Amino acid sequence: MSLDKSDIERIAHLARLDISEQEVPEYATSISSILSLIDQMQATDTDGVLPLAHPLDAVQRLRKDEVSESNQRERLQQNAPAIEDGLFLVPRVIE
Amino acid sequence: MFNLTLTELATRLAQGDFSSVELTQAYLDRIQALDSQYNSFITLAADSALEQAKLADELRKKGQVGLLSGLPIAHKDLFCTAGLKTSCGSKMLDNFISPYNATLVERLNQAGAVTLGKTNMDEFAMGSSNESSYYGPVRNPWDTDRVPGGSSGGSAAAVAARLVPACTGSDTGGSIRQPAALCGITGLKPTYGRISRYGMVAYASSFDQAGPMTRSAEDAALMLQVMAGLDPLDSTSADQPVPDYRAHLNDSLAGLKIGLPKEYFAEGLDPGIAQQVQAAIQEFERMGAQVKEVSLPNTELCIPAYYILAPAEASSNLSRFDGVRYGYRCESPVDLEDLYKRSRGEGFGSEVKRRIMVGTYALSEGFYDAYYRKAQQIRRMIQQDFLTVLKDVDVIMAPTTPQPAFKLGEKNSDPVAMYMEDIYTLSLNLAGLPGMSIPCGQSQGLPVGLQIIGSYFSEAKLLNIAHQFQLATDWHQQSPAGL
Repeated sequence: MSLDKSDIERIAHLARLDISEQEVPEYATSISSILSLIDQMQATDTDGVLPLAHPLDAVQRLRKDEVSESNQRERLQQNAPAIEDGLFLVPRVIE
Repeated sequence: MFNLTLTELATRLAQGDFSSVELTQAYLDRIQALDSQYNSFITLAADSALEQAKLADELRKKGQVGLLSGLPIAHKDLFCTAGLKTSCGSKMLDNFISPYNATLVERLNQAGAVTLGKTNMDEFAMGSSNESSYYGPVRNPWDTDRVPGGSSGGSAAAVAARLVPACTGSDTGGSIRQPAALCGITGLKPTYGRISRYGMVAYASSFDQAGPMTRSAEDAALMLQVMAGLDPLDSTSADQPVPDYRAHLNDSLAGLKIGLPKEYFAEGLDPGIAQQVQAAIQEFERMGAQVKEVSLPNTELCIPAYYILAPAEASSNLSRFDGVRYGYRCESPVDLEDLYKRSRGEGFGSEVKRRIMVGTYALSEGFYDAYYRKAQQIRRMIQQDFLTVLKDVDVIMAPTTPQPAFKLGEKNSDPVAMYMEDIYTLSLNLAGLPGMSIPCGQSQGLPVGLQIIGSYFSEAKLLNIAHQFQLATDWHQQSPAGL
């Protein structure tokens, strides 16, 4: 699978990554070579094989529905780039 | 003092030969004097370390002694350490102060350990050479023109250079074992779920596993004893009893059945490494072990399957870095989309962006069955290969890496060449099995790692085997020239 400039731009948009014009050719080349490495899988017959999502096929444990966390808004917002009145600030979304 | 293991230091502290404050200060001074050559630390936590050491000394006087009382260690910079920066080797988290401790950090603290600082790493644990760090590459203490391996390269180099007796690391595709091999130290990746992932910055959640990086198997057993166990805060942590790892270190290896996978001794393996690994196997035969050739027929599919699944999980995990709640934010965003795109575009380095894009592509509409589902099926086949072999033998032994430490810049421009570095290690992460790397010789004057792979939750057996080897040989005691 070989990717071109427009493929890279589309993927970068889906991933919300700003990629500069100069970086696009390098990503097209390197991601194409990664995909051709990955395409070795396609020759393998996997019909009927159950996909493995977790090495120990574990299931979610349940716990009692009790309050275990306290409100730590101020402490957790100390790492925020911009806050006001306990809210995260972002550029205006709704005019 | 700097050549003593954790276990030996614990004895010396108990005897009162020196205090934890003296020991901690000596290590802090050594890091400050020498680390400019290696760049193995991102953050030095001198003040809090000395406070922890002082507390350990006071508690010892009152008779309150934990397994690691007053012993200095360091954490890979992806474990959250309350009040200290946790950068994950990225510009994205250069300003991030952990609001809480990772569970394993909490457990090590409770056992009395002293945190000297946070070690350098490949950005978001994505790399095999420690060259993708925002804080610059780490250099291998055996030859500073060479890489220490990655992604836990800072931890491996710091232990090898005797800047700290033990570190934590994490292993998603080989990130504990490969740098341990390249730096000549002991590294253990436990069974998936053995150690809690809570507070460890996520790369690929169904692969990520923390573990100890030390100078001996005995020290790895000591560290694992404290780190392992069920954690209600990590739903994937294993609900399995934690055995006494040190109680089995001296078990006899007579009758041990060792399998050598022929695919791991094939083309591409450095002849010096092949020779040293064979010599190590002969050492085990002298101890009464039986050796046979085995086959892991889907070995060549490991890298393709891993490089779909891990980037797919990464693309999802790293979507949390949006410039809104924490982490880097770009200057003067014009709208929300610009905020997301430029914060992520400027905050992430090129290898992280590459893997996010590979994962995004694999999960995008129309490609899911051909890539993600297919890779998950192959993951099952690889697991079955191991389980079949491990019915027949007790452990599998193999080289940890195909080559000794390579030069800085040698593989940096070719991601596929870099990915091949993990050819012998990432199969275990696909299967979730435990594995260790221990020093077993030198090739071209550089350390060689022997990998020991066992069944699920067989860490006690792996540590026993590694310890017996270290009683019979002194490769683990060798240090880089001048150190």
